[in-house]
Amino acid sequence: MTYVLNWGVFFEELPGGGEQYWQLIVSGIYWTLAVPACSRVIALALGSVIGTIRTTTSPWLVHAGNAWVELFRNIPLLVQMFLWYFVVPEFIPPLKRWIVQTDPANAQFISAVLCLGLFTSARVAEQVRAGIQALARGQRLAGMALGLTTPQVYRFVLLPMGFRIIIPPLTSETMNLIKNSSIALTIGLAELTFRARELGEYTFNFFEAFTAATLIYIVIAMTANRVMAVIERRTAVPGYIAGGK
Amino acid sequence: MNLDFGVVERSLPYLWYGFRYTVQLTAIAALGGLFFGTLLAMARLASRKWLALPASGYVNLMRSIPLVLVIFWFFFLMPQMLQALTGSERPVQIGAERTAIITFIMFEAAYFCEIMRAGIQSIPKGQVHSAYALGLTYGQAMRLVILPQAFRNMIPVLLTQTIILFQDTSLVYVISATDFVGAASKVAQRDGRLVEMYLFVAIVYFVLCYTLSYLVKGLQKKIAVIR
Repeated sequence: MTYVLNWGVFFEELPGGGEQYWQLIVSGIYWTLAVPACSRVIALALGSVIGTIRTTTSPWLVHAGNAWVELFRNIPLLVQMFLWYFVVPEFIPPLKRWIVQTDPANAQFISAVLCLGLFTSARVAEQVRAGIQALARGQRLAGMALGLTTPQVYRFVLLPMGFRIIIPPLTSETMNLIKNSSIALTIGLAELTFRARELGEYTFNFFEAFTAATLIYIVIAMTANRVMAVIERRTAVPGYIAGGK
Repeated sequence: MNLDFGVVERSLPYLWYGFRYTVQLTAIAALGGLFFGTLLAMARLASRKWLALPASGYVNLMRSIPLVLVIFWFFFLMPQMLQALTGSERPVQIGAERTAIITFIMFEAAYFCEIMRAGIQSIPKGQVHSAYALGLTYGQAMRLVILPQAFRNMIPVLLTQTIILFQDTSLVYVISATDFVGAASKVAQRDGRLVEMYLFVAIVYFVLCYTLSYLVKGLQKKIAVIR
């Protein structure tokens, strides 16, 4: 009993008929891109706010921001996924009623997006804080001296500089987000890894299925890397090491 | 809705069994990962291309695909590879728990490699030169001069990575291994008590990881003072 390679498996038809296996993989790619795309919006928006308030002078805001980061950083992502999918709806009856009625894919998608969005927001917050604190103290003081209010100092001085500095770490956070979205398969979301395993289980061609998934993940990671590299070059701050002259 | 945390109490022995496996897996994967990761780091930094290229290829591959997929890969490949090695007639099954240990050692090696590479590169060149000037061979210079310093500089990062590993081991759930989460989930589904079990698991992980990272932070400050 030795393993026989069959690369044609992707063009064979599913047992139900109609669709071919490559279409299964493509539908997986769709979710593997859609989930990170949506969670990234949540992560960037929330992460920026929380990272920013952690650099303010109000101890309450700083503590609240720190608590947020620690909460999401110290629970395994898998457990967070279960909490969002199985536990949170139990405490919100209208949500529970909606989940029972709706297509399971909707509930899985929303749980996964919320889970990954909030999980990543804690990591983005950490980087935004680091980015702002990496700026010379004089920048904040100079803003104040010009008569800007605190919100104005952040809006016009600190945030535009801070964000440009943290683009490289944010790139690797985007990669992590795409990789982490595979954990959504534990709540049944049919993303790429889920589909690859499914293909393997139907046909026993696990090697071909996982190779395809691996290659697709590499292509996605490289594309995201290229796009971010372009943004990085466009936004580099002149005078800093990364900014050239 | 009525919560009944009695289910946690009733299943404590089973949860403890799962938790012990989680700790075991974390410890073995951390030590094994550190060992192979250090070898990989030395290979990546070697001037010989035939050593450096496969090492960086391996590390980049492991780092660009999701851990869940890596677990599936090994779960599928291990029996086939063992069959080829032992010359047995059918794929050799070694069970989810042992597969997970090998998977995590191989996966973590890639991440520990990057940490050790940074550690080795942070050592001033003069240290290498003086080691050679004293007549030490490459192996001696690495073992007696470079690596001890690299390890010490990287201890906080290595420990932080181990805390991340401790959380990541929960993913063995996907091959139905009975780790802490796996045990909790089996009880939760048997008794229909998902809310209580998953809340309990989350609280345990949070308390442990928060305390450990707090300790690491303290250690980091201490080490920073010595240097």
